[in-house]
Amino acid sequence: MTETVTVQKKLDAYSIRKQFPVLNRKVKGKPLIYLDNAATSQKPQMVIDALVNYYSNYNANIHRGIHTLAEEATQAFEETRDSVQEFINAESREQIIFTRGTTEGINLVAYTWGRQNVKAGDEIIISVMEHHSNIVPWQILCEQNGAILKIIPINDEGELLMDEYEKLLSPKTKLVSVVHVSNSLGTINPVKQIIDAAHKTGAIVFVDGAQSAVHLDIDVQDMDCDFFAFSAHKLYGPTGVGILYGKKNLLESMPPFQGGGEMIKEVSFEKTTYNELPYKFEAGTPNIADTIAFKTALDFIHQTGKEKMSRHEKELLAYATIQLELIPGLRIIGKAREKISVVSFVIDGLHPQDIGTLLDNRGIAVRTGYHCTQPLMNRFGITGTVRASFAVYNTKEEIDELVLGLHKAIKMLS
Amino acid sequence: MNDNKTIEATEKEIVEDFSLLDSWDDKYEYIIDLGKKLQPLEAEHKIDDNRVRGCQSTVYLAADYKDGKVFYKAESDAMIVKGLISMLIRVLSGNTPDEIIEAKLDFIRQIGMTTHLAQTRSNGLLAMLKQMKNYALAYKIKNETLIKQL
Repeated sequence: MTETVTVQKKLDAYSIRKQFPVLNRKVKGKPLIYLDNAATSQKPQMVIDALVNYYSNYNANIHRGIHTLAEEATQAFEETRDSVQEFINAESREQIIFTRGTTEGINLVAYTWGRQNVKAGDEIIISVMEHHSNIVPWQILCEQNGAILKIIPINDEGELLMDEYEKLLSPKTKLVSVVHVSNSLGTINPVKQIIDAAHKTGAIVFVDGAQSAVHLDIDVQDMDCDFFAFSAHKLYGPTGVGILYGKKNLLESMPPFQGGGEMIKEVSFEKTTYNELPYKFEAGTPNIADTIAFKTALDFIHQTGKEKMSRHEKELLAYATIQLELIPGLRIIGKAREKISVVSFVIDGLHPQDIGTLLDNRGIAVRTGYHCTQPLMNRFGITGTVRASFAVYNTKEEIDELVLGLHKAIKMLS
Repeated sequence: MNDNKTIEATEKEIVEDFSLLDSWDDKYEYIIDLGKKLQPLEAEHKIDDNRVRGCQSTVYLAADYKDGKVFYKAESDAMIVKGLISMLIRVLSGNTPDEIIEAKLDFIRQIGMTTHLAQTRSNGLLAMLKQMKNYALAYKIKNETLIKQL
């Protein structure tokens, strides 16, 4: 009985694939096998349709427009904000700020909250597994304000050393900025525990959700993070749209990031008063079309069922891990107990770039290199990995093809 | 390499070699084979000054100027890049600076390997090709200055 229920609840990747037109294409004469989802996911037809529909039927600049098109566009744009609020369970819609992507969200906080609050001698804690986007903005801030950057180390499995983290925390700690899920290793970090410990010493916490938002249930209130940022394009949505969530008191106290239209209340040459949240942080005409289409991407996730998606991806991860480990000389980098569907690996004596080129030759798209995490690669004493990352539309047959492709590459290169 | 063949003639040879290879697998096997056969670069040349930085793989390139001709040696940590390097050396090495500067290197397109010179590959190959031409230009300028001084 129980078994029947499980079977019924299972996600049908084969029918989901039909919604993604790009998956029909061929690369080098072979059907595309897209395993680079941690970089960006493919887009379902409904998202593409939403974009075309906007430009075909109600393209207009939003807010303040008095005509029908402007009203329709504004409404659709603001509906995305409501959907995002629901998606991450934010307290209010005003706390959802549209950006260009996760990177801009981090920079926004570094340049506004950071400049206002981080002083000489203060400390910012990040981890060794951060993406360069969550290193460089803080490095720039530290250089400018004379603050110090502290790094949480990891173990050989690719998990944060929480004892070491707690030792780094002190009254000098102003901010902890950590990645929720590592893009290179797939590790899911215990953010609740990190946040709890930071709050006890009076520090605030920024969570980089670029990789987590599509795989995990996000509840910013339950997490109690002070900031959370992610990108639409990794959630089956368009490129060029990001979300920054912040606690209301923080967002209100922060100075604006960029000046321009949309973010002002009144302008005179003597003084400008700023608009309310969230518009204070949304200067200029935003990316209207892509933001509107992002709502459709969230609808897709909702309709498919995030839990089902996550279960399917976990199955793929387990299957890929077993199959890949059978390949002689292959070593998986990142073996955390809690992982999302990312498998990073190296093969003895072979350069990741050669492997990537030969896989592409068979229509298989993976990412190779250091994945914008150079300090992490140094930690493992490697110059890069091959990374396969799975999404809702991937299948076990595709993993079999990956394994075959790897055997073939090894044969050709050795 | 320095057997008095013009750059175009060597390019034509390579294009003819490739025309015998039917599948992409065959082409890559051929390039990998060239990579494996590429003479390793002596340790003295593997210095930071000779390093051509790519995002993913590293290329070391050294050049020498003898009897009005430029000679190259190079190595990479990635095998396919090594194979492509081997072809570039075969085509360019042993020619005069002017011939190298003028070389269009259309063979890369003709054998279907332009993707390896695309910005996205970041494999140092494009940077290496530029560096090869830079060496030729440097020798040419050095030469002209010497002639003027005489």
